[in-house]
Amino acid sequence: MLSHHNAYQDTMRARIIPFVVIMLLAASCAGGNSDEARVLRLATTTSTNDSGLLDALLPAFEAEHNARVDVVAVGTGQAIALGEAGDTDVILVHARAREDAFVAEGHGTARSDVMYNDFIIVGPTVDPASVTGVSLASDALAAIATTEATFASRGDDSGTHSKERSLWGAAGMISDRDTDWYKSLGQGMGSTLNYANEVGAYTLTDRGTFLAQGESLTGLRVMVGGASIDENTDPMLLNPYGVLPVNPDKGGIDAELAEVFVEWLTSVTIQEQIEAFGVDSFGQSLFYPDSAAWRSR
Amino acid sequence: MTAAYALADFRHCYGDRCVVDIPTLEIRDGEILGLVGPSGAGKSTLLRLLNFLEAPTHGRITYAGEEIDGDASLATRRTITTVFQRPMLLRRSVAANVRIGRKLHGLDTNDNNTERWLEKLGLTDLADAPARTLSAGEAQRVALARALVVEPSVLLLDEPTGNLDPYNVGLLEDIVRSENAERRTTIVVVTHDVFQARRLADRTGLMVSGRMVELAETEAFFSDPQQPQTAAFVRGDLLI
Amino acid sequence: METLGRAFADALGLLWGMDAALVETVVLTLQVTLVALVIALVLGIPIGAAVGLTRHLPGRWLIVPLIYTGMGLPPVTVGLFTYLVLSNQGPLGGLGWLFTPAGMIVAQTIIAFPLVVGLTMAAVQGVDPNLPVQMLSLGATRRQVATVTLLEARVGVTAAVVAAYGAIISEVGAVMLVGGNIEGETRVLTTAIVLETRKGNFALALALGIILLALAFLTNFAFHRLQVHQGVR
Repeated sequence: MLSHHNAYQDTMRARIIPFVVIMLLAASCAGGNSDEARVLRLATTTSTNDSGLLDALLPAFEAEHNARVDVVAVGTGQAIALGEAGDTDVILVHARAREDAFVAEGHGTARSDVMYNDFIIVGPTVDPASVTGVSLASDALAAIATTEATFASRGDDSGTHSKERSLWGAAGMISDRDTDWYKSLGQGMGSTLNYANEVGAYTLTDRGTFLAQGESLTGLRVMVGGASIDENTDPMLLNPYGVLPVNPDKGGIDAELAEVFVEWLTSVTIQEQIEAFGVDSFGQSLFYPDSAAWRSR
Repeated sequence: MTAAYALADFRHCYGDRCVVDIPTLEIRDGEILGLVGPSGAGKSTLLRLLNFLEAPTHGRITYAGEEIDGDASLATRRTITTVFQRPMLLRRSVAANVRIGRKLHGLDTNDNNTERWLEKLGLTDLADAPARTLSAGEAQRVALARALVVEPSVLLLDEPTGNLDPYNVGLLEDIVRSENAERRTTIVVVTHDVFQARRLADRTGLMVSGRMVELAETEAFFSDPQQPQTAAFVRGDLLI
Repeated sequence: METLGRAFADALGLLWGMDAALVETVVLTLQVTLVALVIALVLGIPIGAAVGLTRHLPGRWLIVPLIYTGMGLPPVTVGLFTYLVLSNQGPLGGLGWLFTPAGMIVAQTIIAFPLVVGLTMAAVQGVDPNLPVQMLSLGATRRQVATVTLLEARVGVTAAVVAAYGAIISEVGAVMLVGGNIEGETRVLTTAIVLETRKGNFALALALGIILLALAFLTNFAFHRLQVHQGVR
C-alpha cells in the first residue's frame, strides 16, 4: 500500500511541477517588468516610425525614466481614434486642424509643437503634366488635373491625405473619386509610392519616406519642393508634428509619464538629436526641430 | 465446343516468385468452372488476369479466339465482369449502384434492365435505399445485379458467398446457374467451399501455389481424384 | 460596447441603403473570389485526383510535401511573389495586370490551388482502395474511375471547395499588395476593412466585417445545401 501511495504522489508531482513552473514564468513575464518599468503607450503615424526616428530617440527616454514605450504606428485617423477611446497615453501626429479639435473636444489636455518636415510632389521622370520646378503645389495639382495625368492619393484620412485635400482646395478643386486619373489607394505612404513608381503617377509624399525608399523608386523624382527642405518654396508643404497627452479622465491613463514624455521630447537636447537624425544616411535632416523650448533657446 | 480462354505457358511472377504458373488451360465457352484451393494459391490473381485488369508477365492468352498481347481493348474488357468477396458499393441508392455498369458502358439506362435485375434478386423494395445500409447478403446481391446488368460473356466470381448466410448463398447460386443456362455465360467461380464447386461447376480445378494440380469434370474430381493432394482436399484435409 | 452596437447599426444601414461604393466593393469581392476559385477548382481537382489515385507516381515523395507546404503558403508572400512577377521590371510586367482585378485573381488562384489539390488528394485517398479495381472490372475507363472516385469523395471535395473559398474571400495581404486597394477599381471588403480601421472608423470597419461574414455564410450555406442534396440519390 505504501509504495502504491508513493507512486501516486510521484505521478501527481510530475504532473504539477511543470504546470507550476509555467505559471510562475507567465506571472514573472506579465508582472515582473511592470514593477520595475512603467509603460507609456504612444500612438503615432507610420512616418515617424518608418523613418527610424523613434528607434533612434526612445531608448534614451526608456533608460532615463525607467520606462518602456509601446509604439503603435498607425494612420493619423486611427491614432486620434485610439486617443479618443483612451487606449493610448499620448499621441504624436501631424494633422493640425484635427489636433486642435482633439484638444477642444476634451480628448487631449494640450498640444505642443515638436518638429516639422515637409511634403513634396513626386512624379514620373517623363513628367506628362510638365510640373518640374513649379513653386506652388496647388499650381502643380491644377496642371496635373488639366492634363489628366494619373495621380495617386493615399486616400486613407492620414495626415498626408488631409494635407493633399487642403492643397486641392487651394487649387480650387475638390479631389473627385469619379475621375479616371485620380486613384484613391487607401494605403500607407510606402505602398502609395510603390504604386506611383510602378504605373507612373504623381503623388504627394513626406520627404522622409521618399528619401528612405529612394533607391527602389527609380521611376520617380521630385517635382515640387526641391532637393531639401531649404529649397521648398511652398509654405503650405510644411508639415508640423504635435504631441498631445490624452485626457486622464478617460481612466487607465498614465498622465504623469505622458507629461514627462512631452517635456522630454520638446527639450533642447532631444530637439538637437531630431535635427541630427538622418544627416548621416541622406545628407540632410528628415525632421526639423520646432518646439517652444528650441525656438527660445 | 469453342474455348472462351486458352492459356499457354502462362505465368505471373514478382521477381522469382510466380503466383500463377499454368502451362496450359482451356476454359470452355458456356461452362461453369470451379476453382478451389487454399488461400494464396493464386486463384484471385488468375481472375484478375482473366478480367484483363493486369497483363501476365509471361505466356500467351487467347480470349474468344483472339490472342491478347498486353492490355486488352476496352471493348474486350467490357465483355467480362468480376464479383468480389467484399463488394464496394457506391454511396448512392441501390438502384443507382445497379445502373452504374450500364452507365460506364455508355448504354441506355432508361430501359427496364435495372428494374428487372432488382426484381430477380429480390431488391425491388430496397431500390431507393442507400446502398451503404445494406446487410452483407443484400450488398452481394446488388454486386451480382450490377455485374449481370451489362450482360457479360464471362462472369468471374471471387469467393462470392464467402461471408453469406445459407439463404443468400442459395439465392446467388440459383441466379448464377440460371444466367449460365439462359445466356450461356461462361462462369469461373473461385471458392473456399468445395461443396459450392460441387453444386455449381461443370468442371473443377484445384490450385496450389500457383499451379493447377488437377482439373477434371466435377463428378470425377470428387469421386475419383487422380492426385493425392486432390484426394486430401476433397476429404477435407488441410493443404499447405 | 458602444462601438459594437454602432457597428451592427451601421452594417444594417449600409445594406439597407445599398450604398453605391459598398455594392461596388461587394461585387468586386465576389467576382475576384469566385473567378479565382473556379480556376483553382478546374485545375486543382483533376490534379488532386490524379495525385491521389496514381499509386506509383514518380516523385511522389517530393510532390506531396510540396502540396502540403503550398496549403500553408502565407498569402502575403504569394502577394509579394505575384507583385514582383507582374511588376514593370518583372517577367510578366507586359501584361499590365499589376493593380488590376486580373492580378488579384492570379494571386488568389495561387493561394487556393494547393488547398484544392491537397484536400482533393486527401479526399480521394480516403475512398475505399477496392473501388478502382471493382469499377475497372465493370468496364470503366481510367477517366471513369477517377470520376466515380471523385463522386464518392464528394463530401471531402466539397470541403476542399469551402476551404479554398474561405481562404481567399477573407484574405487581405495578397490582394492589398497586388490590387493596391484602389477605390472603385481594386478595393475589396478585406482591404476596405483595413483602410477603415487605419482611419479610426472602427464601427464602419466592423460593419464591413459583418457584411463579409454574412457573404461567407450565405455562400457556405448554399454549398451545404448542395452537399445535402447530393447525399443519397
